[in-house]
Amino acid sequence: MIAFILQRLMQSVLVVFAMSVIVFVGVYAIGNPIDVLIDPGATQSIRDALIERYGLDQPLWRQYFTFVTNVAQGDLGRSMVYNVPVTSLIFSRLPATLELVFVAMFLATALGVPLGIWAGYKPDSFSSKAIMALSILGFSVPTFWIGMLLIMGFAVNLGWLPSGGRGLVAEFLGFRTSLTSAEGWSHVLLPAINLSLFKMGLMIRLTRAGMVEAMRADYVKFARAQGLSEREVVFGHVLRNISIPIVTVFGLELGSTLAFAVVTESVFNWPGVGKLIIDSILQLDRPVMVSYLVMVVILFVLINLVVDIVYARLDPRVRLKGEE
Amino acid sequence: MAVAETTRRQRLSEFWSDFAQSRVAVVALAVILVLLFLAFACEWVAPQDPYDLRNLDWLDAFLPPGTVGSGGYVHVLGTDNVGRDMLSAVLYGLRTSFIIGLSAGALALTAGIAVGLTAAYFGGRLEAVLMRVVDLQLSMPAILMALVLVALLGSGVGQIVLALVVAQYAYFARTTHGAATVERRKDYIEAARSTPLPTYRVLFRHLLPNVMPPLIVVATVQVAAAIALEATLSFLGVGLPLTEPSLGSLISNGFRYIHTDRTWLSLYPGFALMITVVAINLVGDQVRTVLDPRQGL
Repeated sequence: MIAFILQRLMQSVLVVFAMSVIVFVGVYAIGNPIDVLIDPGATQSIRDALIERYGLDQPLWRQYFTFVTNVAQGDLGRSMVYNVPVTSLIFSRLPATLELVFVAMFLATALGVPLGIWAGYKPDSFSSKAIMALSILGFSVPTFWIGMLLIMGFAVNLGWLPSGGRGLVAEFLGFRTSLTSAEGWSHVLLPAINLSLFKMGLMIRLTRAGMVEAMRADYVKFARAQGLSEREVVFGHVLRNISIPIVTVFGLELGSTLAFAVVTESVFNWPGVGKLIIDSILQLDRPVMVSYLVMVVILFVLINLVVDIVYARLDPRVRLKGEE
Repeated sequence: MAVAETTRRQRLSEFWSDFAQSRVAVVALAVILVLLFLAFACEWVAPQDPYDLRNLDWLDAFLPPGTVGSGGYVHVLGTDNVGRDMLSAVLYGLRTSFIIGLSAGALALTAGIAVGLTAAYFGGRLEAVLMRVVDLQLSMPAILMALVLVALLGSGVGQIVLALVVAQYAYFARTTHGAATVERRKDYIEAARSTPLPTYRVLFRHLLPNVMPPLIVVATVQVAAAIALEATLSFLGVGLPLTEPSLGSLISNGFRYIHTDRTWLSLYPGFALMITVVAINLVGDQVRTVLDPRQGL
């Protein structure tokens, strides 16, 4: 087991290293941020001073070396647009994104799992087919378009909810969150629904698939033969058996929801990390782009590592294959 | 040959009768065919060439749907902020979306088959490395991959297609690898390998046809995903510029007027996009049910 973990750990380190090089070279090879950042009317000496300050005159490998040394010390550079350290910039935006992601994941699970249970319990009923149609919609229709429809419907036409921004933010347990006030919730609701629809489709499909398979299993027959009510069969036996894959996917999807937030945050003008990365791409703010990407890569590599180890723990076959 | 021909035809008609079990899927297929026709005949169907700036007149800006403009014809879907006929813009945009979606899908399919087959057939260390990369890519959301790549490559049709291919080939590679590892152990492949046939012939004539069914399903879904991704990128401002309108850039342009009553600027391209993507997914869903009855349950 330890050999397996070490091997996977080595692989992860290699991947992070390779990705950081690719991302760095790629990002630093596009365009010339000097032209974007510096007023064309600026004198040559101001230009030279700024180029030297950002280290843009150094060869690429040197810039990368400086970058890695700094990252190792927790310094991800300064944003060229906001002129503040990237780390504090990203961390100042992170609470807004996390808040959105958690509300969205909660909605997706709280609605998706029961709907999936029903659709799997009565797969041929009309309501189940309607639920499945809904999940196809959530799956396939682009997030940004649903977001726009939500704005048009609930913000512009009905005027029930605000169309964007974060609203009132208050301090709560050390976090700055908008979930403590009704006004804050009114701002969170639409973007969270928007972000949750894709995951909800996924949850519905996953739960339903598990349900359909479980309902044909022998233990369900025996539970019924025992005289248990349908309620006890579904919630006491079936749900317990199908909850492992649901929990796994929930964990895996947390990461990808963070990434999907990029789209939702742009539509709803939500001041989170996703909006920050889009803005930094459009403004060629390279330190922010590189740091965000490296952080995302590390996040996904970590998630993969944890999943691998958990699976290896649960299933000895995976472990043995890795040790071959 | 004649025998092969009849069985193929038989299989196709069997497939069709299974497929037609779902009326929704048949309607969706018809919708796709109509949209494809309209999109690729847009030069003859559309009242105006929205790329040609000489056709545009500022006086025609923001005409609501159903108004007659200076061109002397009815703007069925209205006009946008520079006086562009929305119906024409949507049709040309649909063509761009289809071209990008189909070419990205086809290229990703080819690349994915190449990687998946190589890994499954040769095995060993090569397989381990290739599939590890594929798995890592699969764990990252395609939108993020595509966003990064477009940011790196710059905007334009070619760059977007390349970004989509890199973001999507992994799905095909995983499916090909999975199906091919199962097939490879079967006797007919063993038999083919024991003959002096060249490797590529065993791969493409014997192995590939048998891993095609699941790939067809993935391909339909991925074409829809490519169209949706391109629209998303253009909406975010890193895709195609409005001078080269795809559905996404049209919606993005309309988004600026979402708080006014000029909603037709975003609604019509948006519905065109939604109908296209959902129709392709519905067809893909039914193809999956037909080809793999277990999953359809």
